[in-house]
Amino acid sequence: MQARAKGMSATGPVLELSGISKHFGGVNALADVDFVLDGGQVHGLVGENGAGKSTLMKIIAGVHTDFEGTMRLDGVEVRFRSAHDARAAGIGMVYQELSVVRDLSVAENVFLGRQPTGTLGLIAWRHMMREAGDHLRGLGIDVDPQARMGALPVGLQQLVELSRVLFSGARVIILDEPTSALSPPEIDRLFGLLRKLRDDGRTIVFISHFLDDVLRVSDTVTIFRNGRKVATGAAANIEKRWIIERMIGAGNDALEAGYTQDIRLEGRDDTQIVLEVDQLSFGRAYRGVSLNVRAGEVLGLYGFMGCGQLELVRTLFGGLKPDHGTIRLEGNPVRMSNTAAARRAGIAFVPESRRSMLFLLEPMYKNVSISILERLSRFLLKPSREREIAAEQGRRLRIVPASVERRVGTFSGGNQQKIALAKWLNFLPKVLILSEPTRGMDVGAKADVVRIVQGLRDEGVAILVASTEPETVLAMADRVLVMKKGEIVHEFADEVISKDRLLAAA
Amino acid sequence: MSTPGTDTTPQRKPTATPRTSLRLRDHLKKIAPFITLLFLIVFFSVASPASFLTWNNLTNILTQISVTGIIATGLTFVILCAEIDLSVGSVANAVGIVLAFFTAQDASVNIANVPLPGWVAIVLALTSAVIFGLVTAFGVTRIGIPSFIMTLAMLQIGAGVCAMLVRGQIAYNVPDVIKVLGTKALGPIPWIVIVAALVLAAGHFVLTYTRFGRYVYMVGGNREAAEYSGVNVRAVVASVMIIGAVCSGFAGMLGVAHLGSAQQDEFVDYLLDSIAAVVVGGTSLFGGQGGIPNTIIGLFVLGVLNNGLDHVKIDSFLKVLIRGLILLTALIINIYAQRIRSRSLEE
Repeated sequence: MQARAKGMSATGPVLELSGISKHFGGVNALADVDFVLDGGQVHGLVGENGAGKSTLMKIIAGVHTDFEGTMRLDGVEVRFRSAHDARAAGIGMVYQELSVVRDLSVAENVFLGRQPTGTLGLIAWRHMMREAGDHLRGLGIDVDPQARMGALPVGLQQLVELSRVLFSGARVIILDEPTSALSPPEIDRLFGLLRKLRDDGRTIVFISHFLDDVLRVSDTVTIFRNGRKVATGAAANIEKRWIIERMIGAGNDALEAGYTQDIRLEGRDDTQIVLEVDQLSFGRAYRGVSLNVRAGEVLGLYGFMGCGQLELVRTLFGGLKPDHGTIRLEGNPVRMSNTAAARRAGIAFVPESRRSMLFLLEPMYKNVSISILERLSRFLLKPSREREIAAEQGRRLRIVPASVERRVGTFSGGNQQKIALAKWLNFLPKVLILSEPTRGMDVGAKADVVRIVQGLRDEGVAILVASTEPETVLAMADRVLVMKKGEIVHEFADEVISKDRLLAAA
Repeated sequence: MSTPGTDTTPQRKPTATPRTSLRLRDHLKKIAPFITLLFLIVFFSVASPASFLTWNNLTNILTQISVTGIIATGLTFVILCAEIDLSVGSVANAVGIVLAFFTAQDASVNIANVPLPGWVAIVLALTSAVIFGLVTAFGVTRIGIPSFIMTLAMLQIGAGVCAMLVRGQIAYNVPDVIKVLGTKALGPIPWIVIVAALVLAAGHFVLTYTRFGRYVYMVGGNREAAEYSGVNVRAVVASVMIIGAVCSGFAGMLGVAHLGSAQQDEFVDYLLDSIAAVVVGGTSLFGGQGGIPNTIIGLFVLGVLNNGLDHVKIDSFLKVLIRGLILLTALIINIYAQRIRSRSLEE
């Protein structure tokens, strides 16, 4: 099974893991996984969110230390007690959220935590600049070691971080989602460097959602699903379709049959366009985005983490100011200088993180009423009316326990999500924007949220659902846009769609 | 069903014991300022029963905390919003001096002042307070300077205004209305106490019963959530900074009358006292928790302490140190309490 199609200098196993299992609470993140990493290879790792690939890599990198199974490095059994141990053993990781220090120079970032010192313990600046410069040039990275890190484009920052990991002596380098923020030329440059490192005998693990990228750079590809390794194959012999089938478990598992089920999208063109976005751009996050949402329609916005949808939905709620482009509401251009203006214009927003939408120390009714205080009262509060409304919403959305006085922090996650939704439902908004509305929820709570969203749609609200989870988008949307690296790349409307088609488009 | 935390429904772990003790500590923390106050009263009553526990001395205490109380009202808004205002004493001083500057002074006071009718002087003084607040608000919300640093700059600017207007001299006259409020009494109760009580009551009313007050708590509790709930966070923060400056200015006007003179560096102690009053009372430095009732308790703790130390035989230099230690203790309790609260939510 181990193919060496491209990896000419493959040198046999560097790292062997066997029988790895890992639980978080009652959840099985990894179940009895065997994984072999050959030297001098680029090993692609794919799978859906929560499939276990990141967990496995964090075990290898010494971040998770509590797991079952054995790990052998160069044939010797090891057990890292910390990320520091793993680094010392030559294993380095570059995370999707770069850990560069933006206000330090490139050289300082390369030497982070181990600046060379001279007499008196002072930092040997000249030495550091020279060494860093040599090191970066050696890797073919053309950047001034004195430049401020934050002033560089993200692609270069990433290469500098990679060079730091290499400089610290890593032989096994794990890259988590490295291409999500990169432009095509930047990807070419990264891949060139990765191939060079491979040919020098280093081992690279490449975790990504972008299957085209994985296939392009990897020698071997391993697929994870639900905490298990489901397949490994030589990249030269497999194609995208084959990977997607295994990622989502086509035909293998009766439980997952629903994932490949065809869903008929029935868009509507009979109602008014409520929200219309034209050529909207914001920094590096997204460019030239145009979309529209009709009354009584759920528009799904699907894309991988970092594709720009977080910034896009914030812009639509007045939280970020776009560089270019216009937003129209019921045909009239709107300029939203802040979120209060967006709310008054009839736009509602539920962000992806519960922490950033709830007041955990405050009672439930105050959380529900916060967005409608202006409607309830001109000057004086009407707490009894607030409680009434909160209780009514609690019944409607089945929020348990049914106590409006209870602090929100003591509700369960699913119920917190409903409370966050409840605050927008007292007076129906024109546009409802939901970011990751079902993330981390159990099946029952998910079904409740889907039901609520569909109810609102039927009442004529224009709804935008942004998510990185295909199931969420498929369960709710009447029409789907696929966002990739800051641009809308595909639209599914009035057609039959399924999860594999959605994944293939992203 | 209004007892948060007593039910067991969504809890994953049956950890009754630690939760109960957490709640106990939470309550203990809430009543800690009361206990401190009672302890101080009992202590000083026993230590000097003849002079401390008298009607006269109660009036003394109330009078002593009045100016601080007005400043602390504004500061309660600011701290509830998770901001801070270090310029309160300086703004009070400057506004008091502006008031004196526009009032006719004796010939012996050699400042280039501009005598105007009393009400004009009062309006101009309050306007200057609003301007101080607007500048602070602009720096904090538009430019994005942390309030800690912005108000430090305003502290210096306030001192500069004071210096420019009085030029090292002392002015004594203020408009009659202010003079009455600062020095006279209504029956047995000094006017300044009544005014302070009214300001505190108004502050409590706004914070508890108005929409704006709710926004103050919500912005302080979770700024991001307030933002994503469609609250104009900047406007709320700007407003509390202005309220803080206006309260300080008003306190400065009364203070000048009460102290009988307007001069440089007159209000230096009020900064520490008003911050201490808010924090000792238990209003969270992280915002969102607390209120005027807390501030009132804090005012009494400080008032009783400052006053009581005068009644017992104690080195007057030691008083300064004791005040610092009390503030430090209150800060420790404040931070510790916040940690208990957030921990009680994590399980």
